[in-house]
Amino acid sequence: MNDPRPHPRGGLGARKKERIDSLARAGARRDDAPDTEVASAGTVDDRAGVSLVASAWRRLRRNVVFLAGATIVVLFVILALVAPLVAPHDPSAGLLLSQVRQQTNPIPGPQPGFPLGGDQAGRDLLSRLLVGSRQTLYVGVFATLGGLIGGLTLGTLAGAFGGWIDSLVMRVVDVMLSIPSLLMAFSIAAIAARPSQWTVILAIAIVQVPIFARLLRGSMLAQRHSDHVLAARALGVKPAPIVFRHMLPNALGPVIVQATLVVATAIIDAAALSFLGLGNPDDRVPEWGQMLGAAQTYLAGYPHLAFYPAACIIVVALGFTLMGESLREALDPKSRR
Amino acid sequence: MSTAASPPDRRHPTAPADGPAVHDPAAAGRSDATGPLLSVRNLTVRFRRQGEEDFVAVDDVSFDVRAGQTVGLVGESGCGKSVTSLAIMGLLPKRGNTVTGRVDFEGIDLLSLSPRQLRDRRGRDIAMIFQDPLSSLNPVVPIGVQVSEVIERHVGLSRAKARPQARELLSKVGIPDPDRRLSEYPHQLSGGMRQRALIAMALACRPRLLIADEPTTALDVTIQAQILALLKELVQDSGTALVMITHDLGVVAGLCDRVNVLYGGRIVERADRHELFATPRHPYTNGLLASIPRLDAPRGQRLSPVPGSVADNIPWDHACAFAPRCDRPVAACREVTPELVTDEAAPSAPGGLPRALRCHHPVEPGQESR
Repeated sequence: MNDPRPHPRGGLGARKKERIDSLARAGARRDDAPDTEVASAGTVDDRAGVSLVASAWRRLRRNVVFLAGATIVVLFVILALVAPLVAPHDPSAGLLLSQVRQQTNPIPGPQPGFPLGGDQAGRDLLSRLLVGSRQTLYVGVFATLGGLIGGLTLGTLAGAFGGWIDSLVMRVVDVMLSIPSLLMAFSIAAIAARPSQWTVILAIAIVQVPIFARLLRGSMLAQRHSDHVLAARALGVKPAPIVFRHMLPNALGPVIVQATLVVATAIIDAAALSFLGLGNPDDRVPEWGQMLGAAQTYLAGYPHLAFYPAACIIVVALGFTLMGESLREALDPKSRR
Repeated sequence: MSTAASPPDRRHPTAPADGPAVHDPAAAGRSDATGPLLSVRNLTVRFRRQGEEDFVAVDDVSFDVRAGQTVGLVGESGCGKSVTSLAIMGLLPKRGNTVTGRVDFEGIDLLSLSPRQLRDRRGRDIAMIFQDPLSSLNPVVPIGVQVSEVIERHVGLSRAKARPQARELLSKVGIPDPDRRLSEYPHQLSGGMRQRALIAMALACRPRLLIADEPTTALDVTIQAQILALLKELVQDSGTALVMITHDLGVVAGLCDRVNVLYGGRIVERADRHELFATPRHPYTNGLLASIPRLDAPRGQRLSPVPGSVADNIPWDHACAFAPRCDRPVAACREVTPELVTDEAAPSAPGGLPRALRCHHPVEPGQESR
């Protein structure tokens, strides 16, 4: 560890210290077993106030898969934030429109200043790809947040109260789950009077609600019967703090992991909706799925038009998936503590 | 006798509480005029089972706890110790079970209280500590917040004002460097320290009754001794009554004034600590005592467990549930349910409370298998 403070085992190389620390943690992890109490008497960690999140982070930052995923995600987010600044041209300006010939040359090729060439409306493809990351990030984040808020509300209701409220909420969730998710997203997006980016986000968010709700309800129920909730009840703690301080924070782990995975599916679903023309009809704001849809017409002659946005979608979705999967491993209750 | 809800089939009219009659003269003579702090009468807990008869986990259990007294509930796994304590606290699940009888705490029947009224008493008047100190603490909340939560809840102080008190409590239960521990999480504390923290939470509002459900089972032996010493000290200092639930006779020997031995959901023997250890009367108690490994036994001598397991129980209906495992059964044991009666024949210390016994063929003094 690169802790600048003097270390009790100073003198050892940094790598070696790291190994010893991880061994110490492995020992500490078993210390709920009665026979290892002596070995772990005293503190497990010599820094005050280290939370579970911090200990998961220490495991994660040596995980290659997580680092790969996180690198992609961080680059993607940075790109989305600065895209308009780094894009060489205005993504909505038809700068190459004069080269577009409907019959002979529908897609302007690469040329100086336009490394990827233009699209069917003569707009710079590279700029559109770069700025398109922004819409993709919006959809991914807001659709996931929307699903999370809905799912957390329903899941907390069901898990906290149990009984008939649980049954009612879960039947609603079952009905939602019984409809294939993409079909449901299409239906919701299709009934919107004026399709826009927000109808896409809403459609995808609603699809994610039952998944989050079911997941949270399950872990809330497990918390309900846990020893520390019983202990809190034995101390007379009121129901609201029991739910929000003792059950919910402990039940959130799997939901947070699911959320990072859902960002990936949300991005793919959004692309699918835009591809099918259910997304934002205004193509002045570039969006990868919509670019993919538009490229269909020219697939035979100009496959690169479809390839670039598709590759972007795949890489970003992969990044979120890798990060989510390794998060799940790190926060797995079996390897925790 | 005290509740109309008592199922008549198993009920005998005068189930003894602490002694043969409800008003035990010796007990009345020693206890103050207000009577016992906690008085459990005919407590019965049944769990409903699908397609089967109800499982009676606690069967007509009656006992008293006076202020400052330490009462042991002893028995092996599955004998109903923990269910008894959860029933007293009102912590059994809402569905799937029925609790009958009375649990009088300072004259108020806890079983008749609303959940809200009961909640106000839990942690303030009656507190409980559990077996596994790690899983009994909330892993994502710092220790200090968990301790002050109890004070906030029952004393009505703000978080900031409760914190010095939480610090005080942690140092009182022997946690070194309490300022630092306040901001630490449960996984950063050792097992003994966690149990100390739980004891601090339980004693935060100076409850008059503390129920300890196997508080040392998950700890190793040296820590066990420390925790027991701490409990003993705190209980004596604050005058808190203690109900000690354990399967460990060593704990009983070190801590309890009065001992109730449970078997198959019923009390089979009740005596003061010294008498119980000197002259166990019930064959089960006798077997438990004989099964303790002894350092002074000759080498190579086999341990002597109580044969069989709780699974060998027969119902109490028309027999003694312990009969299949008993080393001295007589014919009556398989035909007639023994009642809990005053044990006149047992040697009792002068001034001690009378003993009670549920056995057709008790161990005679001098015949103890040790």
